[in-house]
Amino acid sequence: MKRLLLIALLGSAFPALADRLPMPANAPASFTTECSSCHIAYQPALLQAADWRKLMAGLGDHFGSDATVDQKTGQEIGAFLERHAGSASRVGNAGNPPRITQTARFIRKHDEIPAKYWRDPRVKSAANCEACHPDAAKGSYSEHDISIRELRE
Amino acid sequence: MRAIPAVALLLASLACHAETPQQIRQIYVAEATSQQAGFTPSAKRGDAFFRQRFAINDKMPACISCHTDSPLNAGEHAVTGKSIKPLAVAANPNRLSDPAKVEKWFGRNCKEVVGRACTPAEKADFVTFLSEVR
Repeated sequence: MKRLLLIALLGSAFPALADRLPMPANAPASFTTECSSCHIAYQPALLQAADWRKLMAGLGDHFGSDATVDQKTGQEIGAFLERHAGSASRVGNAGNPPRITQTARFIRKHDEIPAKYWRDPRVKSAANCEACHPDAAKGSYSEHDISIRELRE
Repeated sequence: MRAIPAVALLLASLACHAETPQQIRQIYVAEATSQQAGFTPSAKRGDAFFRQRFAINDKMPACISCHTDSPLNAGEHAVTGKSIKPLAVAANPNRLSDPAKVEKWFGRNCKEVVGRACTPAEKADFVTFLSEVR
């Protein structure tokens, strides 16, 4: 009986684990302040290192916004992102300019979402993770927590 | 010309610690006065600037596109949907406490929304508006 319970527990824990991307505990303060003023601070594991490097080199025109930081801050943030970046084989390429939403992993994870939801005023932009994943900033992307009721499951 | 060393002194003294909105306003007033003798900051002009439609940027034609029509309200980024804390000191006491941060956001948002750098006079008016609005 105990073993059954353990198996049931493990089984319920794993799907959730697959959708957790915790923020590394050593995130520098500059990363949090600079990268979360206009959007959530995306977890480093969402892009591979080469794409973070490309992104950090183009902050002067960051999807239409000037997101430049001073050199020291840029190095600190860049080093953190690259150190904790996702593996190239799991994430896939992000295009140019790199977009998390263009990675194979993002596309595969969202392939069942009908196009109309991306245009829904509650969502606004695919960059707005929290529209559907309320705890995205904490690294929780579980399908069970989707805040738009019609999209749950 | 006499104002320039004064501005430099002020900036230097303000660089290292948390400041009050009045001190930050004073930085811009001093800078504006050096360009235009007798300059007096105006919350009313700052309010008008806040509402002005610059129409340089499709998604953010004006400050109010993200910050709503009152700086006392929380706003929302027009592109990403991220919530933005109120700009007014009365609603958010952390505002106007770090001169470098204020300069950084004037730099970014003026370029993006106004389509050019803001003048010291515009900054002085805007900071005055944000510190006085209730």
